[in-house]
Amino acid sequence: MERRPHTKVQAFAESWFHGAALACAALVLLVMLAILAELVHHSRLSLVKFGWKFLASAAWNPVTGEFGAASSIFGTVVSTLIALVVAVPLAIVIALFLVEVAHPRISKPVGYAIELLAAIPSIIYGMWGLFVLAPTMAVHVQPFVGKLVGKLPLFSGPPMGIGMLTAGIVLALMVLPFITAVVRDVFALVPSVLKEAGYGMGATTWEVTRKVTMRHGMRGMVGGVFLGLGRAIGETMAVTFVIGNDHRLAASLFASGNTISSTLANEFTEASEPVYLAALVELGLILFVITLVIQILVQLWLKRLKLRLGAEQ
Amino acid sequence: MRLRTAWPRKLTNTLMEVVSGVAAAVGLAALAWILVVVLRHGAAALNWTFLTGLPSPPGGSGGGLANAIVGTLMMTLVGCVIGVPVGMLAGVYLAEYGKGRPFATAVRFLVNVMMGIPSIIIGLFVYTILVLPIGHFSGWAGAVSLALLVLPVVARTTEDMLALVPNPLRESTLALGVPHWRATLQITFRAAKTGLLTGVLLSVARVSGETAPLLFTALNSPYMPHSLAGPTANLTVTIFNYAMSPYANWQEAAWGASFLITIGVLALTVTSRALIRERVR
Amino acid sequence: MSASPSDMSEARPVTAVPIVAAKEVQAATATKISARGLNFFYGDHQALFDNSLDIPAGRITAIIGPSGCGKSTHIRVYNRIFQLYRDQRATGEVWLDGQNLLGPGVDLIELRRKVGMIFQKPTPFPLSVYENLAYGLRLHYRVTRSELDQRVEEALRGAALWDEVKDKLHRPGTALSGGQQQRLCIARAIAVEPEVLLMDEPTSAIDPVATSHIEELVLELKKRYTIVIVTHNMQQAARISDYTAFFYKGYIIEFGPSTELFTNPKQKQTEDYLTGRFG
Repeated sequence: MERRPHTKVQAFAESWFHGAALACAALVLLVMLAILAELVHHSRLSLVKFGWKFLASAAWNPVTGEFGAASSIFGTVVSTLIALVVAVPLAIVIALFLVEVAHPRISKPVGYAIELLAAIPSIIYGMWGLFVLAPTMAVHVQPFVGKLVGKLPLFSGPPMGIGMLTAGIVLALMVLPFITAVVRDVFALVPSVLKEAGYGMGATTWEVTRKVTMRHGMRGMVGGVFLGLGRAIGETMAVTFVIGNDHRLAASLFASGNTISSTLANEFTEASEPVYLAALVELGLILFVITLVIQILVQLWLKRLKLRLGAEQ
Repeated sequence: MRLRTAWPRKLTNTLMEVVSGVAAAVGLAALAWILVVVLRHGAAALNWTFLTGLPSPPGGSGGGLANAIVGTLMMTLVGCVIGVPVGMLAGVYLAEYGKGRPFATAVRFLVNVMMGIPSIIIGLFVYTILVLPIGHFSGWAGAVSLALLVLPVVARTTEDMLALVPNPLRESTLALGVPHWRATLQITFRAAKTGLLTGVLLSVARVSGETAPLLFTALNSPYMPHSLAGPTANLTVTIFNYAMSPYANWQEAAWGASFLITIGVLALTVTSRALIRERVR
Repeated sequence: MSASPSDMSEARPVTAVPIVAAKEVQAATATKISARGLNFFYGDHQALFDNSLDIPAGRITAIIGPSGCGKSTHIRVYNRIFQLYRDQRATGEVWLDGQNLLGPGVDLIELRRKVGMIFQKPTPFPLSVYENLAYGLRLHYRVTRSELDQRVEEALRGAALWDEVKDKLHRPGTALSGGQQQRLCIARAIAVEPEVLLMDEPTSAIDPVATSHIEELVLELKKRYTIVIVTHNMQQAARISDYTAFFYKGYIIEFGPSTELFTNPKQKQTEDYLTGRFG
């Protein structure tokens, strides 16, 4: 048997591979920086023209060239808020069901099914929202609610079906599986000794959950909320289909509105003037910065949580 | 001190258990509702013409979305061909070469952050670097935007799966005199292959349903794509355009396209879940 | 003979190894590996202190000592496997065949072919039994298909595994039992014609019956290779080794022929360990 010589070629292959891996890792850093740079660069017309007023102005007039982010930011915040108000309690209670109440033979498939909600693409939610949920809201839900509390500005206005509330509900369904997964993990990771101590004192399941599990996992649950928040803020297609694309600020949940991403999706192809385009890009920049901050917070929270859990195990 | 009566507490508990069951049922019902709607409307739209014909004009009848199907397949494929190897190499760096280095910690952090960036921003970014300078929309730009969405997911799962390979295996491969790069590609990858495949499948599932990035890069086209050089037809932007239109035949086509996308994405997701279960067993 | 007496709480003799004992070894057999002034660090933490040791060729040298005393750390310097980890480093010299393997310009691939390692946990590659062996062979040698078949069979025979797997050559290596997997790892190491075999607690994850098979195998392997075996099982060391080194807290306390060390240890710490006062 003849021995293979270990020539310089071998060493070269090793450093080449190492270098390629390093380059790909560096690409991640590069892309993130490039995104920031490009967004700033292409929104400078708008940054220069409107300055900080852009954030406060609710104007949006492609004809006169006056733009402001206020209605988009407002819509993004409100729709996300509705989504969280609906999804978070639902997620907590579903997680309770999956971890404490249900028999494992039930909780496994049910949990799996809830997770499948996360796999459905945004645009499918949009289709369902536009063609099924919105009409249902317009015909059944909104008139009913309107009769009850229609005098309140929050629920005033014609029952169009599409609008802030519908968008919020669709978003809630989209973020539900993510928050449920986090809360479920948090519940499951509570050390059994703590739960057993509670049960041992004669507490009921719900009491143990409220006083022991949730308190212990509070930080974990807050992180889950942030995760859902991050996803909801960036959602585009589902919201675009059902929010109505209206740039006026309105107080009613039944009114149409817009979010940053829905405006981008709806108006991008129509933006012919440079200032219009720059304003849209500036909206994108605002969204990027918001999600960046949220993601960074989520990552820091995750690190803290891992340390804490590691210390407990 | 009086003993508290037990029944209000028991009642609250039972109530909460019922509420939790109802909540789970609501979640399931929503899933079922969406799937049933898509299946019903979509199946009605599906026929041989739909799968093989080209789009008919608005308000017309018949016609199909063969071009969009091909376009989606092409861009998803190219996007993965670009994004998967780059993501895997990044994951390899994080798992095999970067242990303990601050640069690796920073990159790992950014990979996680990048996964949370809305796809519309990625699309906007690729627009500024590949559409504006060149002067027109293109399927290549679309593929690149999909690649950027695939990259962090594959990098994350590659790193996680490689980290699961026990160190003794890694060490014994090196102890035999195998160069590190060969050990990684031929042995460590093989040991992690199910997990790696799962990561790829999940990322394909994610990007094949994406609309927003393609809106800014590939746009759409009524023609059959023969290359990726210009605006390229695709299912998701088609759904967007058709659904918002007032034409009944277009709306029906949008359902058909939704059906295809949903089936594809769910099939990929379920397959990768099944693979994970096989591996765990 | 000892450099200075030491008691249990003060585990630091002035010199680490009885020089006289080393000379006795050298008179009897050639030295295969010679460590001089070896220090090892995990980051800022020092794990080996001024280790000097002569491993005799063609013999079985056992390394014993309580957990965390540096036994594995020491032999992992011999094939420089510690280099996989950024914060681990070694200073000093380790001589093999006239070359300092810690020095510059050492061909790592060739070193690791010459110095094979068996780990505590059996680690078959995720390949078939045949491929487990063929992989290393193809890497280090230019082989024809028939040569490959021949070498694979030789290696499996050498590891006392051939009869058990000859019909299963194309089954996955992971489908074998624990003891068989470990012998597969041994076969894999000897297939590439090493000169030294390092074994890091090779039987602690194996059942007792398979352990005795492997011990018999190791005694056979001594005829062709120099063997260094780390073990926390004193009885095993006494059973199969020719020479034994006793480590404690990163120092080599004593080294000598096994028969002497186990019956008449020269250091009090050695005696305390052997009689179970600590460990």
